[in-house]
Amino acid sequence: MITSDILLRIIENMVNTIKENKDYLTELDAKIGDSDHGINMDKGFSAVLEKLPSLKEKDCGTILKTVAMVLISKVGGASGPLYGTVFLKGAAVVQDKMEINEEDAVAIFDEAIKGVKMRGKAEKGDKTMLDALIPAYEDFKDSIENGEDIVKASYNAQKAAYEGVEYTKEIIAKKGRASYLGERSIGHQDPGATSSYLLLKTIWKTLDEI
Amino acid sequence: MVGIVIVSHSSKISEGVVELSSQMAGDVKVLSAGGTDDGRIGTDAIKIKESIEKANDGDGVLVFADLGSAVMNAQLAIDMLDEDLQKKVLIANGPIVEGAVVAAVQASIGNNLEEVKQSAEESKNMNKI
Repeated sequence: MITSDILLRIIENMVNTIKENKDYLTELDAKIGDSDHGINMDKGFSAVLEKLPSLKEKDCGTILKTVAMVLISKVGGASGPLYGTVFLKGAAVVQDKMEINEEDAVAIFDEAIKGVKMRGKAEKGDKTMLDALIPAYEDFKDSIENGEDIVKASYNAQKAAYEGVEYTKEIIAKKGRASYLGERSIGHQDPGATSSYLLLKTIWKTLDEI
Repeated sequence: MVGIVIVSHSSKISEGVVELSSQMAGDVKVLSAGGTDDGRIGTDAIKIKESIEKANDGDGVLVFADLGSAVMNAQLAIDMLDEDLQKKVLIANGPIVEGAVVAAVQASIGNNLEEVKQSAEESKNMNKI
């Protein structure tokens, strides 16, 4: 069970994760993109941090929706609408709820992925964040269905996301600025898949510490 | 009259396209939604949404967008609009400079949204030499 307080702690830790990895994500993006992924994500998540005090005592739907709107308006690159959609779709699942149960978490994950596919018109194997998110979702859902608790399920999710990031090194980019590079995008991991893995790892680490 | 919104990663590009197309059709509302709100290269769905709302005087709005996230953010902006307005906003699948000039002229002579969009999209086949 993730209460609204724990959710706020997860989001605060996400802000820190993105800040710590700002240069790393930008370096990855410099190899196959427009060198702004870390900078853009940090802009967005730093703006989220400013909103967090006003979200205490708010329901999980309001929290996720607020994060979504900040990311949409502050990020600037494609990761703004994409991560914004992730949080916006998640918000709809837990509207007015003060906690997120296991079933809600699976539904949030599912809706988020559907949203990203719709918004980015991408599929698994296109060398995007979906290559981290889809295997993570599948392992998360299986874990919950097999009776694992949410900490173990989120551990399995971030592990699958990491393997998904590794997989993006082997494939050609079909979406975004990297798709202009064709074959030359092989050998480099996708920055968006990497940030998705880092955020999922942050969810697991936060839950594990409680 | 159909309104026009220009979405670009660079505010200089979108402002320049507005300047150029307004010169051809002064009465048409052509608005720029370029760059981020803190002056970086990028696009901003909220800014695009507000520009669409301002550009609409009842006959709808045609949106031009440059690369990647500009299109994605334009679509997100449209999804965030009121349902009534949503039905009257289209994204042109054409070049933003030539397309916007053609669209402004077409809008100024009172053509409807579909007609303006079609003319703007035909501009991608214009021969230059």
